[in-house]
Amino acid sequence: MTMKPNLPLRAWCAALLLGSLPVAQAALPVEKFALPNGAQVWLVQSPGLPMVDVQIDFDAGSRRDPAEQAGLASVTAAMMSRGLVARDGQPALDENTLSEAWADLGASFGGGAGSDRMSFNLRSLTYPDLLPRAVALAARQLAEPAFPADIWQRDRERMVASIKEANTRPGTVAGRAYAQAVYGAHPYGRDVTEQTLARIAVSDMQALHARMLVPCRAKVSIVGAVTRAQAQALVGQLLARLPASSPGRCAPLPAVQEVAALGQASEQSIPFESAQAHVFIGQPGFRRNDPDYFALIVGNYILGGGGFVSRLSSEVREKRGLSYSVYSYFSPGLHAGAFTLGLQTRPDQAAQAVQVARDVLDGFVADGPTEAELRAAKDNLIGGFALRIDTNRKLLDNVAGIAWNDLPLDYLDTWTQQVDRVSVADIKAAFARKLQPRRMATVVVGGAPRP
Amino acid sequence: MKHPLPRILACICLALPLGFAPAAHAQAPVKAEQFTLANGLTLIVKPDRRAPTAVHMLWVRAGAMDEVDGTSGVAHVLEHMLFKGTPDVGVGEFSRRVAALGGRENAFTARDYTGYYQQIPSSRLEDVMKLEADRFARNQWADEEFRKELEVVKEERRLRTEDNPRALLYEQLNATAFVASPYRRPIVGWMSDLDAMTPDDARAFYRQWYTPANAAVVVAGDVDVAQVRALAEKYYGVIPARAVPARKPRTEPVQAGIRRIEYKAPAEQAYVAMTFKVPQLRTFEPSPEADDALALTVLAAVLDGYTGARLNRALEQGPDRVADSAGAYNGLWGRGPQVFVLDAVPAPGKTPEQVEAALREQVARVAQGGVTEAELNRVKTRWVAGEVYKLDSVMNQARELGSQWALGLPLDAGERLIQRLRGVTAQQVQAVAARYFGDDQLTVAVLRPQPVDKNRKPRAAPTGSRH
Repeated sequence: MTMKPNLPLRAWCAALLLGSLPVAQAALPVEKFALPNGAQVWLVQSPGLPMVDVQIDFDAGSRRDPAEQAGLASVTAAMMSRGLVARDGQPALDENTLSEAWADLGASFGGGAGSDRMSFNLRSLTYPDLLPRAVALAARQLAEPAFPADIWQRDRERMVASIKEANTRPGTVAGRAYAQAVYGAHPYGRDVTEQTLARIAVSDMQALHARMLVPCRAKVSIVGAVTRAQAQALVGQLLARLPASSPGRCAPLPAVQEVAALGQASEQSIPFESAQAHVFIGQPGFRRNDPDYFALIVGNYILGGGGFVSRLSSEVREKRGLSYSVYSYFSPGLHAGAFTLGLQTRPDQAAQAVQVARDVLDGFVADGPTEAELRAAKDNLIGGFALRIDTNRKLLDNVAGIAWNDLPLDYLDTWTQQVDRVSVADIKAAFARKLQPRRMATVVVGGAPRP
Repeated sequence: MKHPLPRILACICLALPLGFAPAAHAQAPVKAEQFTLANGLTLIVKPDRRAPTAVHMLWVRAGAMDEVDGTSGVAHVLEHMLFKGTPDVGVGEFSRRVAALGGRENAFTARDYTGYYQQIPSSRLEDVMKLEADRFARNQWADEEFRKELEVVKEERRLRTEDNPRALLYEQLNATAFVASPYRRPIVGWMSDLDAMTPDDARAFYRQWYTPANAAVVVAGDVDVAQVRALAEKYYGVIPARAVPARKPRTEPVQAGIRRIEYKAPAEQAYVAMTFKVPQLRTFEPSPEADDALALTVLAAVLDGYTGARLNRALEQGPDRVADSAGAYNGLWGRGPQVFVLDAVPAPGKTPEQVEAALREQVARVAQGGVTEAELNRVKTRWVAGEVYKLDSVMNQARELGSQWALGLPLDAGERLIQRLRGVTAQQVQAVAARYFGDDQLTVAVLRPQPVDKNRKPRAAPTGSRH
């Protein structure tokens, strides 16, 4: 199937998705409570379907990876699905027995790591003969992963092979060069390579797991057909096999450095034998807790976020036919994730496309949007608010975003008002504060070098 | 491109799963209803009141398989042109109006059909129905708009296919496995056909296939069936009826011997894809063909339906593993001929020939030793649970209803499919593994990686230069 492109939803900017797509409805009470073990819980009861989604987030994302072991958080989370050790009368399970057990329950559980968070997701039916068994198995998987060395060896070989394969693609090469140019030495820009994977042993995973996966560091978000009492019991059981919290166990973690602003513009033109040139233009953006948040996301909808109706789409695609996909986005996180403008085009017209995109960007940063553009953006964002929360899955993303970013519990209720309050002057001022078109990084992979 | 997993499960009343007892508070989903307007257009409505939103889709039973040689890709190009206006709605105005309604929209083209959709607050349903009916009936644009959009489509082809060795391999594989069937052509079209495409090619395809009797409107979400029906009569019902042109059968001749192709492309990893021609499900009534198609779908799930299934275990694990990844997929149904696909990426140091043999050995083992009841129950349990999870999204429900209509299946196809799959026995799975995996119906495609030119060094532009 071929489709017109949706907005680029990049894995490395989970914060954008979770943080910038919330919505509000008065009928959406988010309940928050803490458990005796220190875990914090955010709950939205959604009784319509006999199912529940649970997300557990820890401050153990890749930003805390040692530079020489980039990828540690991510492989640790993945390896937790590769078997369990025996404990407390429960037998050891190898990777196959474990995945068969999940299949037999009609449920799923798995983990991964983004830049900021290490996250685990459970999805199960809420039938009384199934849910307790699914929660019990998830509890074991969280607490008793076996981290078998032979399987890590195999998975590492597979990862290295797929990294090498990806390196034959222009988009991968461009993405790596761009992350380097924007983030420099900051962990957000780190590259997982054969060398960094070679330095990771299962003992490193065990140490990370033991250090970070403790109940008092857990933020748990739940959406589904469970009552508050059931949710409380569920989370208690889910975390029961992790080491109990003790004094000092959840002392503040060391701070991670901030992303440094770019001192000057940079341009890289990397020859590559490909049918298209891949273009990225951007710079460090802003942190999720920035007071300019709403002005920036509303402004970016107008610049390059709003699908077929954005300025970039209109100038690069609709008027000139230069690219199938052209977009811009912010990726705010605990640190200043990038502002990125991206497109792909036939190599001989890359220079033209870059020029058009830069002109659009310059004009937007210099002059801001028109009143009509702002009205149209608000019509879409406010009018379409309900589309951001109309499935349990979307709700879970929003609730986990509230939990992770310490947003107020009425965040969804006030979201449309916050959008409505944004003015043309707010957007212009916020973009002027955050973006410096004269000091951006530009990467073009696949085109002839620019003169 | 690797085939997506089949969307075989539609919205149903919850069939009682193996050992699952539904909780008391679970609400039985409301059934979908189907109507035919006087001009022949089909209307399908699926109420779901969980959220104040709805999805509105227009399906046309015309896709890439309805094209003819020389204009491959025109169904998809036309899909892009549907966004370019009508006598009353200017270029780009459709998308601007949908956005102003708070909506999200897109469109898609497949071999068997083309679809357009808007997700909207349910209070905006009438607005998008009016817009969609207008462009379905009166799409109109200037040649210059076509020329610009054609360049966009070529960029889409470059992005999805030209720089993707496995996508290129699948183009070659389809062109080899199929001789007379239009499934032999890529959906996006050959580049030379795109280069040569004219505005009138797109207009002709539009006039030929975009008629009420060849289309279905699917509405799912927070809606009232009677109101949706009245709106459909008002906006779609007034479109004049036109005959749907006769479709040429273009029947695929029987393959009688193995076909092999090789494809060289810059890559690191080799890749192997094998397609076996198989029967397909056209009716839910028991018949040898339908029974075998269902058993083949169960076979694919036993081989590759979950982590730790047979292919994963046998090919991707252990110190001497053969593959970095391996998969199985059964086509099950479609307007054209269906295939069963086995594919794999060889592990470092292993050859495509070794993974090809290993994949076939796993099918042979099922043919010789059968499958266990535990495996059978496991894949069925996952399907039944998936029926509940699927109800979380009205978008997915609408997609299933529309695609099943496009294939000529009944409204309750999803429910009946699950019932039929649950009845498949271990003996049936063993029998199809023995019957359909010989050489004669097989096409093998091997991607042979070529080194990327390492001599081309990155050249850094002077830093600080101004644009």
